[in-house]
Amino acid sequence: MNDLFSLVDWSRAQFALTAMYHWLFVPLTIGLSLIVAIMETIYVRTGDQRWKNITRFWMTLFGINFAIGVATGIILEFEFGTNWSNYSWFVGDIFGAPLAIEGILAFFMEATFVAVMFFGWNKVSRGFHLASTWLVALGVSLSALWILIANAWMQNPVGMQFDPEQMRNVMDDFTAVAFNAVSMHKFFHAVSSGWTLAGVFVMGISAWLMWRKRNVDMARQSFKIGAWAGLIGLIVTLYTGDGSAVQVARVQPMKLAAMEGLYRGNVGQEIVAFGILNPDKKPGDSLPAYDLKVGIPYGLSILANHKMHSFVPGIDDLIDGVTLTPEGDTINTVSYAERIERGRQAREALGRFHAANAAGDTAAMQAARADITEDYKYFGYGFLDKPVDAVPPVAITFYAFHIMVLLGGFLFLYCLLGIYVSKWKRGWFEKPWLQWLGMLSLPLVWICSQAGWVVCEVGRQPWTIQDILPTRGAISDISTGSVQLTFWLFAALFTLLLVAEISIMCRYISRASKTDIENNNNI
Amino acid sequence: MGNPLKRVFSFYSDGFRSMTVGRSLWLLIIIKLIVIFALLKVFFFPDLLQTEYDNDADRAEAVRQHLLTDKTSNP
Repeated sequence: MNDLFSLVDWSRAQFALTAMYHWLFVPLTIGLSLIVAIMETIYVRTGDQRWKNITRFWMTLFGINFAIGVATGIILEFEFGTNWSNYSWFVGDIFGAPLAIEGILAFFMEATFVAVMFFGWNKVSRGFHLASTWLVALGVSLSALWILIANAWMQNPVGMQFDPEQMRNVMDDFTAVAFNAVSMHKFFHAVSSGWTLAGVFVMGISAWLMWRKRNVDMARQSFKIGAWAGLIGLIVTLYTGDGSAVQVARVQPMKLAAMEGLYRGNVGQEIVAFGILNPDKKPGDSLPAYDLKVGIPYGLSILANHKMHSFVPGIDDLIDGVTLTPEGDTINTVSYAERIERGRQAREALGRFHAANAAGDTAAMQAARADITEDYKYFGYGFLDKPVDAVPPVAITFYAFHIMVLLGGFLFLYCLLGIYVSKWKRGWFEKPWLQWLGMLSLPLVWICSQAGWVVCEVGRQPWTIQDILPTRGAISDISTGSVQLTFWLFAALFTLLLVAEISIMCRYISRASKTDIENNNNI
Repeated sequence: MGNPLKRVFSFYSDGFRSMTVGRSLWLLIIIKLIVIFALLKVFFFPDLLQTEYDNDADRAEAVRQHLLTDKTSNP
C-alpha cells in the first residue's frame, strides 16, 4: 500500500513540477503578445517612431520567453503516456482531440506569424505586420483554449459515455465538452490572468528602467500600457472568477468547501477574508476549523450562489449527504458512504461485463452494461476506502486560494495606482518608492498566478476525472524509483532552463538600461 | 517580383542572419529539443500501453485489469 501511495505522490509531484514550470512562461506569452499588439497598433495609427522602438523592445522580450517556454508542455504529454497510461487510455479521444487541435493551431498560427513578427519589419507592409502580430496573440490564446477545455473536462466530465468493451470514455457531444460553462470560465479566467501578469511584468521592467534613469520616456509609456492591461485583465479575471466559483459550487462543492476550510455550512454563509486553520482539525470531529479568522458576512453564499441567504455545504455536510436547497429546505443528497458503495457496484458490474464478454453471453453483457451506466457517475468512489479519502488537502487549497485573492486585490490597487500616476501624477514616476513597488510586484504576480493553479488542481484531489477516476486508478504500473529519478532530472533541467532564460532576459534588459532602445531592439 | 519560393527563403535566411539575441535562443531551443526528444522521450518516457501491447484489445484488457484489481481498495 505504501509503495502505491508513494508512486502516486511522486507521479503527482512530477506532474505538478512540470505544469507549474510550464505555467511560468505561458501567461507571460499570452499577455505579452496582446500588449505588443496594442503597442504596434499605436505605432501604426500614429506613425510615431518611438512606438516602433517600444514595440520592438517588448517584442524581443516576448520572443525570449516564447523560445524558452516552447515545448515545455510536451513533457506533460510524455508523462500522460508513461506515468498516467491508464488515465490516457480511459479518457480516450476526449482529451486527445483538444490537444491535437492545439498542436495544429500552435504550429500553423504561431510558428508562421511569429516569423513575420520578428523578421518582417521593413519587409512586409505595416498593415500585414500588424495583422501578423495580432494573429500571434490570437493564436496563443486559441492554443490555451484547447488545453483549458481538456483540463475543464477533467473537472466536469460531460459529453461522453463510457464503453466497457473499449474501456474508454467516448465523446458523444463535442459542444458539451468544448463549450460548457466550466470550460469557458476557466479559459477566460486563465487568459485574462495572463494579461494581468504581463501587464505587471511590463510595469516592473519599466520601473527598473526608470530607476536606472535610462529610456525613461519609453519606460513611462510602457508602464501606462502595462497598468491598463493589468487592470483590464484583473476586471475580467474577477468576473470570470466569480463565474468559476458558481460552477465550482455546482460541480465540485468539495473543492469550494476546502477553499474556505468550511466543515459545516450555513444559510447566509460568511466568507473568510483572512484566516489561520486549526492544524488538528479533521473531518467529522468537533474541533474548531480555525485558530483565527476574519469573515465577511454572507460572502460565501453570494459567491457560490449569488444569493445572500443560500446554503453552502461544508466538508462534513457533503460527506454526510445532507444539504439544503437555496430556499433553505433540507434535502438528502447521496452520502459519500453510499457513493463508495455504488462505485464498488459499478466496478463489480464491469467485472461481470468482462466475464460475460469472454463467455459470449450477450444478455449478461447487456445487464452488466446497464448496471455500469446506472452507477457510473460514482465509479471513482469505488476505489476509495472511506469517505474522507474524497476530501482534498484542505490546508494547501485554503491558503493557496487566500494568497491568490489577497495578491489579486493588491495587484488591482497597484494597477489603479499605475493608471493614476500615468494620467495625473507623472512626477511620481521619479519617486523611488513607486519604482521599487513596481520591481517588487514582479514575483508577487507569478505567485498569484501559480496559487490559482494550486487551488484548481489540489482542490480537485483525489480525482484525475471528477468522481470517475481517482489518481490511484489513473496511475501506471511502474516503479517509484523511476519516477523519483525523472523528478530530480526534471528539477535539474528546469532549473537550468530557468536560469538560462532569466540570464538572457536580464542581459537584454540590462543593455536597454545602458543604451537607447533604438540601438537595442533586434532579436 | 521573382520566384515566390526564393523570396520566402531569403525572407527567412535574412531574418536568421540578422538575429542577435535570437542566436542564443535558437541554440537553447535546439539543445532543449534534443534533450526532450532524444533523451527524455527515448530513455525515460516510453508510451507504456503502446510499447508493451500489440493491439487495442490488449491495451483495453490491461487497463481493465488495473481498474478491477486496484491494490488499495476493497470492492
